[in-house]
Amino acid sequence: MSGTFVGMPAFPTAAREALADSQLRHNLAHATGTIRAKRARVVAEVPDWEELRLAGAAVKERALLDLDTQLVRLEETLTANGATVHWARDAAEANAIVASIAKTHAAEEVVKVKSMVTQEIGLNEALAAEGIAAWETDLAELIVQLGDDLPSHILVPAIHRNRAEIREIFRSRMAAAGRPAPSDLTDEPAVLAAAAREHLREKFLRAKVGISGANFAVAETGTLVVVESEGNGRMCLTLPEVLVSVVGIEKVVSRWEDLDPLLRLLPRSSTGERMNPYTSTWSGIHAQEEGPSDGPQEVHVVLLDNGRTRALADEVGRQALRCIRCSACLNVCPVYERTGGHAYGSVYPGPIGAILNPLLKGVGHDDQTDSLPYASSLCGACFEVCPVRIDIPSVLVDLRAQVVDAHRGGVPKPEAAAMKGAAYVLGRSPRLSALERLTGLGMRFARRFGPTAWTGARDLPDAPGESFRAWWQRTDGGRKDDA
Amino acid sequence: MTDARTEILARVREALAGSAVEPAPPSARRDLASVATPEVVDLFAERVADYRAVVERCGADDLEDRIAAALPAGQVIVPSGLSVRVADAIVDDGTLTAAELDRIAAVVTEARVGIAETGTIVLDHTPDQGRRAISLVPDTHICVVREDQVVPDVPDAIALLDPARPLTWISGPSATSDIELDRVEGVHGPRTLHVLITHPE
Amino acid sequence: MRVALMVTCINDALYPSTGQAVVRLLRRLGVEVDFPQAQTCCGQPMVNTGYLDEAVPVVRTFVDAFAGYDAVVTPSGSCAGSARHQHSIVARRSGDPALQEAVAEVGPKVYELSEFLIDVLKVTDVGAYYPHRVTYHPTCHSLRMLGVGDRPRRLLEAVRGIRLVDLPQADQCCGFGGTFAVKNADTSIAMGADKARHIRETGAEIVVAGDNSCLTHIGGVLSRQRSGVRTVHLAEILASTEARSIEGTLR
Repeated sequence: MSGTFVGMPAFPTAAREALADSQLRHNLAHATGTIRAKRARVVAEVPDWEELRLAGAAVKERALLDLDTQLVRLEETLTANGATVHWARDAAEANAIVASIAKTHAAEEVVKVKSMVTQEIGLNEALAAEGIAAWETDLAELIVQLGDDLPSHILVPAIHRNRAEIREIFRSRMAAAGRPAPSDLTDEPAVLAAAAREHLREKFLRAKVGISGANFAVAETGTLVVVESEGNGRMCLTLPEVLVSVVGIEKVVSRWEDLDPLLRLLPRSSTGERMNPYTSTWSGIHAQEEGPSDGPQEVHVVLLDNGRTRALADEVGRQALRCIRCSACLNVCPVYERTGGHAYGSVYPGPIGAILNPLLKGVGHDDQTDSLPYASSLCGACFEVCPVRIDIPSVLVDLRAQVVDAHRGGVPKPEAAAMKGAAYVLGRSPRLSALERLTGLGMRFARRFGPTAWTGARDLPDAPGESFRAWWQRTDGGRKDDA
Repeated sequence: MTDARTEILARVREALAGSAVEPAPPSARRDLASVATPEVVDLFAERVADYRAVVERCGADDLEDRIAAALPAGQVIVPSGLSVRVADAIVDDGTLTAAELDRIAAVVTEARVGIAETGTIVLDHTPDQGRRAISLVPDTHICVVREDQVVPDVPDAIALLDPARPLTWISGPSATSDIELDRVEGVHGPRTLHVLITHPE
Repeated sequence: MRVALMVTCINDALYPSTGQAVVRLLRRLGVEVDFPQAQTCCGQPMVNTGYLDEAVPVVRTFVDAFAGYDAVVTPSGSCAGSARHQHSIVARRSGDPALQEAVAEVGPKVYELSEFLIDVLKVTDVGAYYPHRVTYHPTCHSLRMLGVGDRPRRLLEAVRGIRLVDLPQADQCCGFGGTFAVKNADTSIAMGADKARHIRETGAEIVVAGDNSCLTHIGGVLSRQRSGVRTVHLAEILASTEARSIEGTLR
């Protein structure tokens, strides 16, 4: 079973450990560099990319602002299509629903399509507690699961592993989970992929219950959409008798045609391809009138809240619910590139994680969550690439204010005291002017006793002989003596 | 205690109180190309090949021979409504289990639509394509796409497709980028995708 | 046209030569700037750390100082971005409609130096002379919050004597990020070290940027590495002439 993020330290501490791992830094720089170049190439091919981004943002935003209507409509259409719709307020409710369906069919194991939401709710661990084995079938998820590891990227959860490490995990761990890795396993990616194919095939062929998430849910037609690459998704969505899809309530879009901008935006932003190898859509149960039935004949959909309505209530932050989990923001983020995903302490790492986790959980309760909005230099690269135009820097700044506000009252921490002092000085220019006369003294002091956080690896500049304001007054703006 | 559905919908309404719903813009559907131009078909062939699928173009009368030549050793399965004859093929009647399908080497299907811009083939699993499992489990998928089924881009395809059908969008053979974000072809889906683009005689 | 110089708090206290360069440059181009003495800071350090209440008096001081000018020019992409994009957040927080109105009035008149030169004065060749090998780092807020695009580069390309060399991965953040540099010092330094490495790879004598805050961080890393590369603000290069050249700060 995979590990858990519970009890992770705040971002700066976790980042320090990650930064010290030179292998990790190398793996991340290589992988994010590769994907950045691929994305840039295929995005440049699309002449109206900006229009497409606007259209993508608009279809998601429109559905979110009308979410109650859309959800009720989705429930109606799904039900009409033969699916059973369940509602879950939180992770525990969702996990209980899935476990109960699996138990009804006496399933001892389930096969899973890669899904962020089932990671978020800890479904695998919950099923294990009920004696049901949940097998991850996406290659990267398999690597994480076999390695008893944690995901570190939304799209490629094993991005922190290189080929040699993956070979070692397969060689030592596959046998305990089923078909062992072949004895002549090399670290060639194609050979590793072939080993995963052999290992998982027996699980696909015998599975009775499949579990998925959904990239999109279309309200008007009762259609779910799964976007994938390997075909493991098709296996899980097609071969089992029973299919359970856990869907966050923010995945709903209103109309069938709304899929158009999203299906064009997602692959180019995500894997840097014109289109991902496989996309599956299904609308409840497909029983053909003539000929054989097609796919699972018992279909469940679990609509999950788990903090999404909290995020929806945040007028600045609600745009984070537009996220289509492409990971473009992770791949361009200079912070993510150096720290990796584990430092964020959540299945949602990187810039989107830095806003989504506080929005889903709320701030002011734990230091780890409160540290995330600060895990950014606010460089804005994330907003620039986001296919649905989530203004992540603005949401980060807003969440920082929420963190500060949650800690107001009581004895102020040094930072809060410093900010109050700064507000006093900067509120009136004569106060600033007086303080500037001490700049030289201050810089000398800082050089000797200042925060090693700055001076540990960076020199401080020399203080000038006089401030600009003093120069202006002395020389009448340089007109008297521009020396 | 209220049930989850009632509570979630109430939370949604509370969260959105005071927020105006933007009116839906008029449908963005553009005029659809009625006839696939040669340029669009050429682009389709080029983009499918970019994914390292095998792409051949042939006349309808040549199709049987091309399929026969493309078939690997072993058994082949075809859907019941396939319009072209495949020698010695098993015609799917829906009774083969996944494990039995796993012993079949190849499948031949038709398609619903081809998308030029993205090099995508969409199956809607009508009788000329068969249930989803038969084009998934065998390791070679030979797919026949008629030139007049090719559309320029994704919106054209979305407008043509029926959401009531199960749909499978296929862009090249199965692949993964999970190892160092390098694309590798051949994971769980068919490792060989052989596309035959046919023009009428 | 009444033009005010918003020198910024960091230039006022630590880099007066940058403010002086703006004054000289604009005077050479026929524009006399005012320096409203009441100005202090744009409030960005508070806003970006989450202290909105503390930013209210600072923003109030800002709009009082710059009210009535046709243009406010500043040698900082970051501070211009703060005035144009963040002051409205602070004003909304204050609940004071008069402040909101004042912010809406002043904000759009704030120009980063390269925008002011190219968009308002319509000059690209400012008559500068700078015989050095220089690499340009586009700072994040000028690039992405303001969208200055290639304006600074066009200004630099018109400088006589300059040898402009491309900076690899130029648009990656240097790692300064305001209080990020201290709150997440390890990550900030890792980013700064990579930026410094790319700068050294160019063989440039000088790295130029439009923000002294980023240059303090970059220069601090370069200095600690004993790299010999100097940091110079864009304004100081544009103000340089044969008669008066600025050698930059070797930290």
